[in-house]
Amino acid sequence: MEETVQLQVQGLIKRFGNETVLNGISFSVHKGEVMVVLGPSGCGKSTLLRCINGLEAADGGRILLDGEPIISGGKNMIRMRQKIGMVFQSYDLFPHKNILENITLAPMKVQKRSKQEAREEAEQLLNRVGLWEKRNAFPRQLSGGQKQRVAIVRALCMHPEVMLFDEVTAALDPEMVREVLDVMLELASQGMTMIIVTHEMQFARAIADRVLFLDRGTVMEESTPEKFFSAPQTKRAQEFLNTFTFEKPNH
Amino acid sequence: MQDLDISILFKGINFLRLLGGLWVTVRISLIAVGLSIPLGILFGMFMTLKNPIAKGISRIYLDFVRIMPQLVLLFLVYFGLTRAFGWNLSNEASAILVFTFWGTAEMGDLVRGALISIPRHQYDSAAALGFTKMQTFYYIIVPQTFRRLLPLAINLTTRMIKTTSLVVLIGMVEVLKVGQQIIDANRFDYPNAALWIYGVVFLLYFFVCWPISLIARKLEERWR
Amino acid sequence: MEFLAQWLDVDFMARFAPMYVKAAGVTITIAFWGILFSLIVGFLCATVQYYRIPILKQMVSVYIELSRNTPLLVQLFFLYFGLPKVGIVWSAEVCAIVGLTFLGGSYMAEAFRSGLESVEKIQMESAISLGFSPWQAMREIIFPQALAVSIPALCANVIFLIKETSVVSGIALADLMYVAKDLIGIYYQTDEALLMLVLAYLVLLLPISILATLLERRLRYAGFGH
Repeated sequence: MEETVQLQVQGLIKRFGNETVLNGISFSVHKGEVMVVLGPSGCGKSTLLRCINGLEAADGGRILLDGEPIISGGKNMIRMRQKIGMVFQSYDLFPHKNILENITLAPMKVQKRSKQEAREEAEQLLNRVGLWEKRNAFPRQLSGGQKQRVAIVRALCMHPEVMLFDEVTAALDPEMVREVLDVMLELASQGMTMIIVTHEMQFARAIADRVLFLDRGTVMEESTPEKFFSAPQTKRAQEFLNTFTFEKPNH
Repeated sequence: MQDLDISILFKGINFLRLLGGLWVTVRISLIAVGLSIPLGILFGMFMTLKNPIAKGISRIYLDFVRIMPQLVLLFLVYFGLTRAFGWNLSNEASAILVFTFWGTAEMGDLVRGALISIPRHQYDSAAALGFTKMQTFYYIIVPQTFRRLLPLAINLTTRMIKTTSLVVLIGMVEVLKVGQQIIDANRFDYPNAALWIYGVVFLLYFFVCWPISLIARKLEERWR
Repeated sequence: MEFLAQWLDVDFMARFAPMYVKAAGVTITIAFWGILFSLIVGFLCATVQYYRIPILKQMVSVYIELSRNTPLLVQLFFLYFGLPKVGIVWSAEVCAIVGLTFLGGSYMAEAFRSGLESVEKIQMESAISLGFSPWQAMREIIFPQALAVSIPALCANVIFLIKETSVVSGIALADLMYVAKDLIGIYYQTDEALLMLVLAYLVLLLPISILATLLERRLRYAGFGH
């Protein structure tokens, strides 16, 4: 793995009214690294991703991509966003466009690429996630898992340097989770830099190069998946991991 | 001079006369709404029947009322019915008849919309709990329908009040006519009276309809 | 025809049919301009409301309340008889179009607004996260979806406004209502005059009404909801 720092978050602070959601978060992600962000709900994971993508303005601290600051509403925002792909929980495809149009709209309108070139790449990517046959379908004709794979392709087609995944399997039926996670595993193996918020612990363990554990807006723990899952250092992390294990009650 | 002509409102009982004229239209609207609501509820239930004849009749009635301007309906009844059947309808009776005919169709469609908007599983889960059909209707369906319907019925009242302004065109002496009379009688002393009189009529309508609209909106927000 | 002739004076109807055609022209002209300007005013108002532009937003609210809570006939009387007293003299046609626009603008605004509000906020966010500018996202993603939702209400408003034009006879514009009233007043041929009036409005509005129903059904079945 190359050791160039691609994304840096320094002392990030975000408040909603009186509530401090992110309270001085710092970490960095190297090129080609997969960072999994874990933590109980309401710990600020999603807000963190939204700040990185400039959807929320930070109240303090800095976010740097390739050394260039990301400032929500800043002049460079549109250019910076093209370097960051984001996939949301609610696989929000554009309902009035078919699958190919969903994927090629931004490359054509934002990056001014030719229709043919965008289309070729879109078809290639769709083929890779096994959805080429659905290229002319409309979003409503797809299952949740299929929609989410299209949403990933849509983001990939912009050639991002970093991909953000915000609980992308949380709204899916269990049998569809796998097909989406497989796409993400393949992406990771190809060296995509990724930041993933998820509740799938086994998946997190398999895909992560590093784990970031957040609680109440602060980084409680940052370590390798092996260390984090087998020997969590903090009490909060132990409690958190315990909520995912079940024991048969003794009668 | 215009500035002084505003005093025409305070001359004699002019303002009271305008209010009296307004009451003519408001009274007609209230009577028509009062009749339209019960009739509309019946018509709305009639429209949900699966019977093709019932469907055909309600379709024609509703579409005719929807397509014809209310003023045309008013003319049809006031000039047409009077002749065709030899009825001697006063213009007020014609107006009440027409606005009830129109209001019943509108109210009926609202009732139908509210009835079919209740999801199937409400009936199913009521049945699963052992309610009879009548109990389901009484305890589950009616209260939900009522909440959807009340704001819409109140809105119908403002539409009715606005629409009854048309009765001046079949010769009723209501607020616009009274205004005209005041303007004509004071043509020489108050040449600019028309501005103030019609401005005030505009505001009178506004201050009658606006509070009613506000109530409807508040109810809608609370019961959403 | 003979059966009809027992009841109706067919010659009379044939003689005055051209008058109705001409009057329908007046109705259509007023409706056309009134609806066009209503759409423009409504779109602007909805945009102001959607982006919550300060001051303009309050002005739009006041306008919408005034427009929705007063009858067109009273608005027309004020424009036609009242305004000349402060030196604003408009022809009956202009008054009718201005009045119809004043009334229709608020209805169209409501239709556009509910369409815009029906598009989920995340659609805007995901477009923006793909690198669209807010304006591009509005044009490519939000507006097409909003329009599809608005269309039934917009169609209903078109029909409503055409019907409302019947009121302009009140300020002496020679529209369909006016001609019918004239014929009744002059010739006492009430049945014929009224029948032709009803027929004229049916011919005018039935096709639009059917078209609107078809359009709505098509949109509903092709609906792209999840």
